Amino acid sequence: MRTLLLILALVAAPVQAVTLRWAAQNDILTLDPHSQNHATTHAMMQYTYEGLTRYTKNYQIEPCLAVSWEQISDTHWRFKLRQGVKFHDGSPFTADDVVFSFGRIKQPQGTNQIYVAGIKEVKKIDEHTVEFLLEGPHPLLLRNIVDFRIMSKSWAEKNRSQNIQDYKAKEETYASRNTNGTGPYIIKGWEPDKRIVFVINKDWWGKLDGNVSDVIYTPIKSDATRVSALLSGEVDLVTDLPTQDVERLRKEEKLKILDGHEVRTIFIGLDQHNDELKYASVKGKNPFKDLRVRRALNMAVDREAIKKVTMRGLSIPAGIMIAPGVHGYSKDIDTVTKYDPAGAKKLLGEAGYPNGFEFTLDCPNNRYVNDEKICQSLVSMWARAGFNVKLNAMQFANYIPKLLALDTSAYMLGWGVATFDGLYTLQSLVRTKTTGADGSFNQGRISDAKLDKMIADLKVTTDTKKRDAILKEALEITRDQAYYVPLHHQMRPWAMKQGVSIVYSLDDRPQARFATVK
Amino acid sequence: MILRSFWEHDLAWSFRRSPVTIVAAALTVICVGAALLAPWLSPQDPFNMAELNLNEAFAPPAWDEKGLGRYPLGTDNQGRDILSTIMHGARISLGVGLAAVAFSLALGVSLGLIAGYVGGRFDALIMRIADVQLSFPAILIALLIDGVARVALPGDRHDDLAIPVLVLAIGFAGWVQYARTVRGSTMVEKEKEYVQAARVVGRSPLAIMLAHVLPNVMGPVLVIGTIHIATAIITEATLSFLGVGVPATRPSLGTLIRIGNEFLYSGEWWITVFPGLALVTLVLSVNLLGDWLRDALNPKLR
Repeated sequence: MRTLLLILALVAAPVQAVTLRWAAQNDILTLDPHSQNHATTHAMMQYTYEGLTRYTKNYQIEPCLAVSWEQISDTHWRFKLRQGVKFHDGSPFTADDVVFSFGRIKQPQGTNQIYVAGIKEVKKIDEHTVEFLLEGPHPLLLRNIVDFRIMSKSWAEKNRSQNIQDYKAKEETYASRNTNGTGPYIIKGWEPDKRIVFVINKDWWGKLDGNVSDVIYTPIKSDATRVSALLSGEVDLVTDLPTQDVERLRKEEKLKILDGHEVRTIFIGLDQHNDELKYASVKGKNPFKDLRVRRALNMAVDREAIKKVTMRGLSIPAGIMIAPGVHGYSKDIDTVTKYDPAGAKKLLGEAGYPNGFEFTLDCPNNRYVNDEKICQSLVSMWARAGFNVKLNAMQFANYIPKLLALDTSAYMLGWGVATFDGLYTLQSLVRTKTTGADGSFNQGRISDAKLDKMIADLKVTTDTKKRDAILKEALEITRDQAYYVPLHHQMRPWAMKQGVSIVYSLDDRPQARFATVK
Repeated sequence: MILRSFWEHDLAWSFRRSPVTIVAAALTVICVGAALLAPWLSPQDPFNMAELNLNEAFAPPAWDEKGLGRYPLGTDNQGRDILSTIMHGARISLGVGLAAVAFSLALGVSLGLIAGYVGGRFDALIMRIADVQLSFPAILIALLIDGVARVALPGDRHDDLAIPVLVLAIGFAGWVQYARTVRGSTMVEKEKEYVQAARVVGRSPLAIMLAHVLPNVMGPVLVIGTIHIATAIITEATLSFLGVGVPATRPSLGTLIRIGNEFLYSGEWWITVFPGLALVTLVLSVNLLGDWLRDALNPKLR
C-alpha cells in the first residue's frame, strides 16, 4: 500500500519538490493583504497576492496583473488587465476584483492606504480594462501600486470578508486566516509564531526564475536558536543574522553570506500631540513639543557606539529619515547629530528640566536587528543626559496594536521604503495624521503646516528637478526640527547554504520565485 | 553561654562532622553576603543606567589581554560590569527565592493544617487541587501566572510589578509540597492525647492548630523550605532565561545567562559563564545545606 502511494505520488509530481526553508525573527501579523503595512507581512503576501505591477530584480517596474498601461492625461490612466488569470480557488480574475480591492484597501481600519494614495477612483471599462482617475499628477503611480494587491471579490463576499479586519481590536476575519490570490505560491497554512507553508501554484500565469516549489517560513525569535537552525541545516536561509555572529558565519564553509543594506531607517518617535504625555513624570505639559528637548534627545545618542558595539559595524548612523538607495537620499544631508551628552543636559536645563524627567520608551523585541538591545543602550545614553527612561519591550504582534491605538509616548520603529522614493516616508511619518494614507504611521502626530504643503507638492510635481529640491528641503526640515530621533539605516546580510541562490532584496522581501535550491 | 549550648547541640555536632556541609555553608555565606552587601561592595551600580558605557561593552575578563582592570570579570553587551551584575543579580535571585518560599510556605502550611485538622470535604477539595497541580510541572504554573499577570496589568507598570508577580508565580507553583506534608503530620498529631486534651479544655480549633499542632509539624516543613529555596532560585532563573522574569534593565542571574547565551557563538563566553557559575554555586550550596538539615533532623538516621 505504501509503495502504491509512493508510486502515485511520484506520478502525480513528475518534477521533484524543491523546498526553501527560510527563517527570520519576525512573524507575519495577518494573512489579510490589505490590513497591515508591515514588511514581513508584505513579504509573504507577495507570494500569494499580486498587484497590477511588480518589481524586477533591479527594482524596475514590470507588468504583473496588468499587461500594459497608457496615460490618457496627467490624471487619467488606463490599464489592460491580464487575461486568463485564475485565483487559487479557480475563479477568474477580472476588472471587478480590481475595483473591489481598491474600495477595500482604502478602508480606514487598515494601514495600507498609502499604496493607492492619490487615486480618486478606479473604474471598470470592460472585463479586462480599468481606468484610474487621479487627484493630481502622480509621478510614482506605477511604483506605488506594487503593494496594492488584488483580492477576489466573489471569494471575499462569499466568506464575509469584504471589510478589513480591525487589527487594533484584534478582530479576525476569514480573510485574515485564509488566502486566495493569483500569485505563484499558495499558502497552505499559517501557524502563528510557528510556520507558514507555501506550495507552488501550478496554474500560475507567470514563469519561475528558479526552481523552488515549496517554501516554509519559520519565525525564530531567539538569535542563537536561529543561527543554530542554520548551522544544523534545519533551515536554508536566514535573512536577519544576529550581528555578533556575522563574522563567524562568514568563515563557515557550508554557508555563504549575501551582503546588502535594507532601505530601512530605525528611529525613535515621540508624542508631539497630547498636551500631557501619557507615560511620563511631567504633568500638565508635553516636553516633546519643545524643540530643545527633542534636540537633547538627539544629541544624547551615541550612534557610533551603537554601530560599533551593538551592530558590529552593520549599520549606517542616520541623520535623516530615509536610507541610501531611496530616491532623495544624499550623503550631504544625512548629517548625524554629534554625540554630546553634556550639551544635551545643558539644553534640557534651558528647556526647564534641569533634573530631566521620566518617560517610558516602547520597544519591539523581535522586529528589527537588535531592537531591544538598542533600546536598552538608549536608556543608558539618555540617563547620562538626565532622562530617566523606563523601557517597555514587547513582541511586535502586541506592539503594533498599541502603537496603532496611539497608546505611547515614545516608541521605536523602523521604516522601510516600499516605493524607493522619499515621499513615501514623509507622507507616512511626517504628514499630519489623517485616517487615510497621509500620516498613516505618524504615531507621534507631528503636524507642521509647511511640511504638509511640501508633501502635497511632492505628490503632484512631475518636474524632477523641482521635485528633488522640495524633497531635499522637506528632509532637512524634518531633521532640523528633530521631529524624530533617527538612529541608523539597517544593514542586513543574509546567510544561506551554499546550494541556495537568491536575489538580495533591498526591501527585505526575499522572492522565492527568484531562488534556486540545489 | 547560649553560644556554648548551641555548639553542643545535636545540629551543631552533626554540622561539625560534615566537611561538605561546612564548605556549603561557607559558600552560602559568601553568596548571600555578596548579594546583601552588593550596593556597597560592587565596583559599579549596574542598575544605574547613567553609569553604563556602551563603548566599554563586551570587555573580556581582566586577565585577558584586551581586558580592563576595572571590570574583573568583563562586561556584558550594555557595558555592565559582570561581577557587579552578578552580585546585584544574586540579590534579586535570592530575594525572589526567599520571598517565594515564604509565600508558598505560608500558603501551603495553612492550607495543609486546616485540611488535616478539619478533614472531610474541605480536605478532599484542597488535596484534589493539589493533585491536579502536581500533575503540572512547577515551571508551567509559574509561566501561566506570569503570563496572565502580564496581560492583566497595565503596560507601563510591568517593570515595577515584575518582581512581586514573579514571587507570587513561583510561590503559587510550590505550595503543594508543604500542604501535603503538613496535612499528613497534622492528621497524625490531631489524634494524639495532647490535642485531645486541648480540645477537652475547650480551646478553639484555631488556637489548637496554631499553638499545639503547628510547632509539632514544622520540622519537615523547614527541611522542604530550605531545599525549596534552591528550586525557587532555579525557577526564577528559568523564567528570566525565558525572558518573562525580571526586566532586562534590572537583570537577575537568569537574565544575565540569557543575554550571554546570545553571544556564545561569537566568543563572548564570560557573559554567560560567570553568572552560570554563580547560579550553580548558590543553588548547590543551598541544596547541600538542605540535605544536611534533612539528615540531621531525621531521627531514623541518627
